[in-house]
Amino acid sequence: MTRIHSHERDQDFSDVDRAALIAALSAVLPTNSLLADQEDLKPYECDGLSAYRRLPLAVVLPENEAQVVAVLQTCHRLGVPVVPRGAGTGLSGGVLPMEHGVVLSLAKMMHILKFDPLARTAVVQPGVRNLAITETAAPHGLYYAPDPSSQIACTIGGNVAENAGGVHCLKYGLTLHNVLRVRGVTMAGAIVECGNHALDAPGYDFLALMIGSEGLLAVVTEVTVKLVPKPEVARVIMASFDDVTKAGAAVAEIIAAGIIPAGLEMMDKSATAAVEPFVKAGYDLNAAAILLAESDGTPEEVAEEIAAMRAVLEKSGATDIRVSTSDAERLRFWAGRKAAFPAVGRISPDYYCMDGTIPRRRLAEMLTAIAQMEKKYDLRCANVFHAGDGNLHPLIMYDANVAGELERTEAFGTEILKLSVELGGTITGEHGVGFEKLGAMCVQFNSDELAVFHRLKAAFDPQGLLNPDKAVPTLHRCAEFGRMHVHQGDLKFPELERF
Amino acid sequence: MIDTFKARILDGKPLCICGGGSKDFYGNPPQGEILETKAYAGIVAYEPTELFITAKCGTTLAEIERTLAERGQCLAFEPPRFSADSTLGGVVAAGLSGPRRASAGSLRDYVLGVKIIDGEARELTFGGQVMKNVAGYDVARLIAGSLGTLGLITELSLKVLPRPVAEATLCFEMPPGKALEQLNRWAGQPLPIVASAWQDGVLSLKLAGARAAVEAAQQKLGAGGTAAEGFWDELRDQRLPFLATETLWRLSLPSVAPMLDLPGETLIEWGGAQRWLRSAAPADSIRAAAEKVGGSATAYRCDTGLKAQVGAFAPLPAPLLNLHRRVKAAFDPRGIFNPGRLYPDL
Repeated sequence: MTRIHSHERDQDFSDVDRAALIAALSAVLPTNSLLADQEDLKPYECDGLSAYRRLPLAVVLPENEAQVVAVLQTCHRLGVPVVPRGAGTGLSGGVLPMEHGVVLSLAKMMHILKFDPLARTAVVQPGVRNLAITETAAPHGLYYAPDPSSQIACTIGGNVAENAGGVHCLKYGLTLHNVLRVRGVTMAGAIVECGNHALDAPGYDFLALMIGSEGLLAVVTEVTVKLVPKPEVARVIMASFDDVTKAGAAVAEIIAAGIIPAGLEMMDKSATAAVEPFVKAGYDLNAAAILLAESDGTPEEVAEEIAAMRAVLEKSGATDIRVSTSDAERLRFWAGRKAAFPAVGRISPDYYCMDGTIPRRRLAEMLTAIAQMEKKYDLRCANVFHAGDGNLHPLIMYDANVAGELERTEAFGTEILKLSVELGGTITGEHGVGFEKLGAMCVQFNSDELAVFHRLKAAFDPQGLLNPDKAVPTLHRCAEFGRMHVHQGDLKFPELERF
Repeated sequence: MIDTFKARILDGKPLCICGGGSKDFYGNPPQGEILETKAYAGIVAYEPTELFITAKCGTTLAEIERTLAERGQCLAFEPPRFSADSTLGGVVAAGLSGPRRASAGSLRDYVLGVKIIDGEARELTFGGQVMKNVAGYDVARLIAGSLGTLGLITELSLKVLPRPVAEATLCFEMPPGKALEQLNRWAGQPLPIVASAWQDGVLSLKLAGARAAVEAAQQKLGAGGTAAEGFWDELRDQRLPFLATETLWRLSLPSVAPMLDLPGETLIEWGGAQRWLRSAAPADSIRAAAEKVGGSATAYRCDTGLKAQVGAFAPLPAPLLNLHRRVKAAFDPRGIFNPGRLYPDL
């Protein structure tokens, strides 16, 4: 079956022959690597954004790269869309299955193939968990720097797809800055290597293109990560503010003082109120906002930096300042921040996490606007903020069982993302566009820019079979999205099953 | 100015994009009609507390660095300053990083956003001024180092960082094999080594960071000699006599790769990951030796005859070259921008 991929509108895959597909896949995979029964498919119906669910025709779990190639060649030949999937911890519906497609899980490719402490590199399969890399490297005083909050579960393949960050990325960078090489398979089954074990490779920087491409260009089968020495000491300052504007200004003052903290996070009062009963981190519940600022390095360096940051925070009007005196206390301060999402999940039946990035100096404007939106949509919102790099995570709390709340939540979220773009930022700092933010992409990019994305996609996948309805909206969808804004509150994707 | 650029592109004749003209030696020989960019200049936005600067392509690197220095900031990837006329557009198109590359990251790591005009004269914006941005493919970083073959860069946003508070240099006498081993061992320890260079039996280390960290590292690493005044600047700007040679290869290798068995002299940088080679050995043997250890060799400076024969950059495997052609066509279907500069048919 030959399809011509078009960026005008979404493709129709309803003519995929299920029986022929299952037969063809079972010919190239071991029995236990192919799931096609309804109850076996259920766990794959969504990722961390559970508001969007669909069942695929089949789930395949290849054990090695040769099987990945065979699956892709089979689906390519039959014209069947493929959605690659890691641990499924993503928050943008990036692995939402195609109704007439296959989900390709990399969960069985979970081996660390090579760890070289002298070269400070590890060659890993895509299903290796982020934290497992650090655990392997730790005895040698090394670690893998990007630490998304889901690092205990999320896998490196998914980190590459999303260009995952974490609370330490202001100083240590994103996935992009910590990966040397990605090996992958294109939809047609060709193996491509981007980057190498040197610091650069000849030609275009396809590594930059591949990282953050949300599984649209190739299926990752091997990743070489860079490991860095673990700092001798880390300490964190926790500062309270009676006003979010002052807290935002304090962040700018820290940077202006020439300090790049290892981590710099803010939580507003709603967020600390949700977290404290759950984690007992010792947060100041009277504060309008708290800041967490971490310093790491040699003991002398940390002492110097903590003193400097403390002085800045005092001058910026902090009402209370505490400095961790042990690693246990430091981890407790962070535990609340890292558990912010589940903590909100505990006080609200459902929540919807946004991911816009804004220039930090516009933070007060954004938070004021969000407070007004809470009234407008009659929904509560807690804010956690990667303050150092301007990445804001408003957590909109709703109950999907109450008619209309999900739709109000989506409209609330869309308004936040539009404002993020208007303030000079972006609709997604680290969670990716996935399925969720296709509409918001039409706000951030014009049709010429979207067309470039589609042409890049077609360069790797001319038939448009790899994760087809994600990350980059068709022009048709943007036109629909534009219309939808006239009738805000209408159901966005009526074809989707919702709970 | 933008309209002039567009008109030249719509003309459809091959264009050689030229900023300060300081890097004509790099890559394959320039071809096409000259398109000057240096008049399109000026800093558009600079927010020290947001750690970014936005400037038009013709702004000189010198002006950018002067502006940043006034606020105690810098471009941490230390691009070489080949001349006072070097422009930001040219710096990003070439994608070259300096001595701090192994510790601070590469030029592309610091690119936040670009504005380009593509081969059909469309103005396009990718990325922005914020540190974290995963909306759409990372085109801004794809453009970095593409030698102007994908589009005319008109505006750039880069991440900037504070200048280190303290710096110190230590020098040790040791043979190259020992230097490579030491550099890799040190890189695995929490030491503030930001740059390194081995040449002629002497390993020089640059320490930088908080004062306390630099002092502690000096104690730990022991007393060493000091480098000549201006050494790191000469290294960065490639003014060292070693680098100012007629035939110079740039080898990008895994840092742990041993000294290659090639005739000639070597200068080691980036903790072992960048090695400058002065050698009259055949290109094939140099490229093969680099590839064998997992790296690549660029004919960095050599006479145009040799370059025409062997190509400036190591040949790509077929599937990758194929993707290069398609990506080039996605931006510049008529092949107008800097034809042949990166690879003969791009």
